[in-house]
Amino acid sequence: MFSDLFKETIWSLSSNKVRSGLTILGIVIGIASVITMVAIGQGAKNSISSSIEAIGSNLIIVMPGSQRVGGINQGGGSAQSLTIEDADAIKIQISSIKAVAPSITKRYQVTAKGNNTNTQAIGTTEDYMVARNVSMDAGSFFNTQQMKSSAKVAVIGPSVRDDLFGENVNPVGQTIRINNMDFQIVGMTKAKGGSGPNNQDDVIYVPLTSAQHYFSGDEYVNNISIAASDQNAMASVQEDITNLLLKRHKISDPTKADFSLMNQNDILSTASSITSTFTILLSSIAGISLLVGGIGIMNMMLTTVTERTREIGLRKAVGIKKININLQFLAEAVVLTLLGGILGVVLGWIASLAVTHFVSSLKTSISFSAIMLAFGVSAGVGIVFGFYPARRAANLSPIEALRYE
Amino acid sequence: MIECKNLVKTYINGDVETNALNGVSFGIKKGEFVSIIGPSGSGKSTLMHILGALDTPTSGEYFIDGHAVSKLNDDELSELRKNKIGFVFQSFNLLPRTTVLRNVMLPLLYSGVNKAEREKRARECLSYAGMEESKFMNLSNQLSGGQMQRVAIARALINNPSIILADEPTGNLDTKTSRVVMEAFRELNKKGHTIILITHEMDVADYANRIIHVRDGIIEKDTPNNPNDHII
Repeated sequence: MFSDLFKETIWSLSSNKVRSGLTILGIVIGIASVITMVAIGQGAKNSISSSIEAIGSNLIIVMPGSQRVGGINQGGGSAQSLTIEDADAIKIQISSIKAVAPSITKRYQVTAKGNNTNTQAIGTTEDYMVARNVSMDAGSFFNTQQMKSSAKVAVIGPSVRDDLFGENVNPVGQTIRINNMDFQIVGMTKAKGGSGPNNQDDVIYVPLTSAQHYFSGDEYVNNISIAASDQNAMASVQEDITNLLLKRHKISDPTKADFSLMNQNDILSTASSITSTFTILLSSIAGISLLVGGIGIMNMMLTTVTERTREIGLRKAVGIKKININLQFLAEAVVLTLLGGILGVVLGWIASLAVTHFVSSLKTSISFSAIMLAFGVSAGVGIVFGFYPARRAANLSPIEALRYE
Repeated sequence: MIECKNLVKTYINGDVETNALNGVSFGIKKGEFVSIIGPSGSGKSTLMHILGALDTPTSGEYFIDGHAVSKLNDDELSELRKNKIGFVFQSFNLLPRTTVLRNVMLPLLYSGVNKAEREKRARECLSYAGMEESKFMNLSNQLSGGQMQRVAIARALINNPSIILADEPTGNLDTKTSRVVMEAFRELNKKGHTIILITHEMDVADYANRIIHVRDGIIEKDTPNNPNDHII
C-alpha cells in the first residue's frame, strides 16, 4: 500500500522529467533568491554597523562633576572626584561592558630631534584601545608589564609622528621628551581622522601609572572611557555606572552627583535610524522575494497539477480511491518542494559566498532565519498548491475530470 | 446482472433544467453483448456513465449484481468500478509517457496484489487483447490508435470485471482498425464477458446480439440482433 504510493510518486515524477525539473527549478530560484538577497542585505547592514562602531558608538565617558571654588562654578570636568579605584570597581561590578579605560589628560610641549609640538598626552590603560577603537599601525600598544612598572614608554598618533619625525618615518624605537623626561616610542596608532582640537591622531599615549608618577602625582583621573558590549546594553550600563558611583561616592541625591556621564548620543541615534532603515529594507527584500518566489511556485504547481486533471479522472474511473489519489499528489508536492528546497538552500548559500568572494567590500551574512522562512514559505505554498488542485480534481466525478480540457 | 428501474438524470444549468434521462428501465443478463445506440444528445452517454458507476442518477434505481449503486458514496463507487467494470474509452485515456505494461497494471495500484502477479496478469490480458509481446515495454505515445485501444481493452480486463463498458471505442479509429477492435470485443463476448457498447454508428452497433435505441432520454426500441445477418 505505502510502497505502491512511494513507487507511484517517484515514477510519476520521473516519467515527466521536464515538468518535474521546471517545478523544482521554480522552487530553487524562489528560495535561493530570498536567501541571497537577505544575506547581501544583512552583510551591508553589518558593514554599516561596524563602520559606525569604529567611531565608538558603544562608548560611555564618565567625567568628574563641576567644582565650586568660592561660589564660582569651574565647569564640568574640573573636579577631582574620579579615581582609578572607581574604574576598577566599574570593571568588576558592572556587566555587559567590554573595556574600562581611566585616563589622565594633559597638554605638553613635546620635543624630539630638535623638533617640537604641543600635543595632548593621555595616560591610560590597554583597555583604551578597545573603548576608543584605537588600532596600531606600527609597533604595539604598551602592555600590562609596562603598565605595572610605570615604564617610560609612549605610543604616538600619526600627526605627532608627522610633526616630530616627518611623514613615512617609522618612529618606533625613537625617543621623545615629555615634561623633561625621555619616553621611548613603542608604537604608532592608525590614522582615525578628525581635525583641529578633535584630531584623534594628534595624541601621545603613555601608561596610566607613568602619567601618575611623572605628570600628575595623584590618584585622580580625568575621565573613564567605558565600552558597552553592545548598543542595546547602553542604557542599562549607564544606569548601573551612575548607581555604582553614587554609592561609592556616598551621595544619596542623584542631582548632587560629583560626576557626569556622556555618550555619543548623536552617533547612537544615527546608528539606530540607519539600522532600522536597513531592517525595513531587508524585510521588504525578503518579503518581495518570498512573494515573487511563492507566486512562481504557486503557478508552477497549479498548472502542472491542473494539467493532470484527466489523469486523475482516469485513475478514479479505473477504481482508485480518492484518498490514494490525494496522497499521491500530496507526496509528489512534498518531494518536489523538499528537493527544490534543499537545492535552493545550497544554491543560495553558494551565491552568498560567491558575492563575498567576488565583491571585496561586502561580506554577506547568511541568516538561518531567512533560510527557514524561505524554505517554510516555499514548502507551504508548494504543498498547498500542489495538493489543492489535485484534491479538487479527485472530488470531481470521474466523468467531469476526464472531460477536463 | 444489471437492472435499471426508471432512471432519471437531470442537469441543472443556471435556471434551466435538462432531463438527459427521462425514465429508463431495462435489464442486461450475464454474457450479453448489448449496443446502446442513439444520436448525439439522446442521453446515451449519460446512461453509459450511470451504468459504469461514474455518475449517479437523480432518481430511479440501478443494481449491479444486486448492489444498489444509487446509494453508494464516492469511495464505494470506486471500489465497485474496480471490481465489476472495465472501461474502454473513445479517446483511449492511456497514461502518457508510460509503458504499455504499466498502463495495464494501473487499476491494480493499492490493491495488495504483488508485483509479480500484477505483471503476470497484465501480460495475460495484453495477449488476450491481441497485443504483440514485443510492444509491452513501448511507451503509450509510441503506439498506433488500434494498439492503444488494445492496451485500453487489456486494462479493462485486468480485474476480471463482470461488465466491459465501451464508450465509442472505434470513434477515433479508421474503418479497418475499427473492424479489428470490434472483432476483439466479439471474441471477449464469446469467452463469456458481458459487453455494453455505446455508439452512434449502426454498423458498429451491429456486432451486438441486442440493440437498445435511445432518443430524447427514453428507450425508443430494444431489439435482438443477429450480427451475422449484416456482416458481408
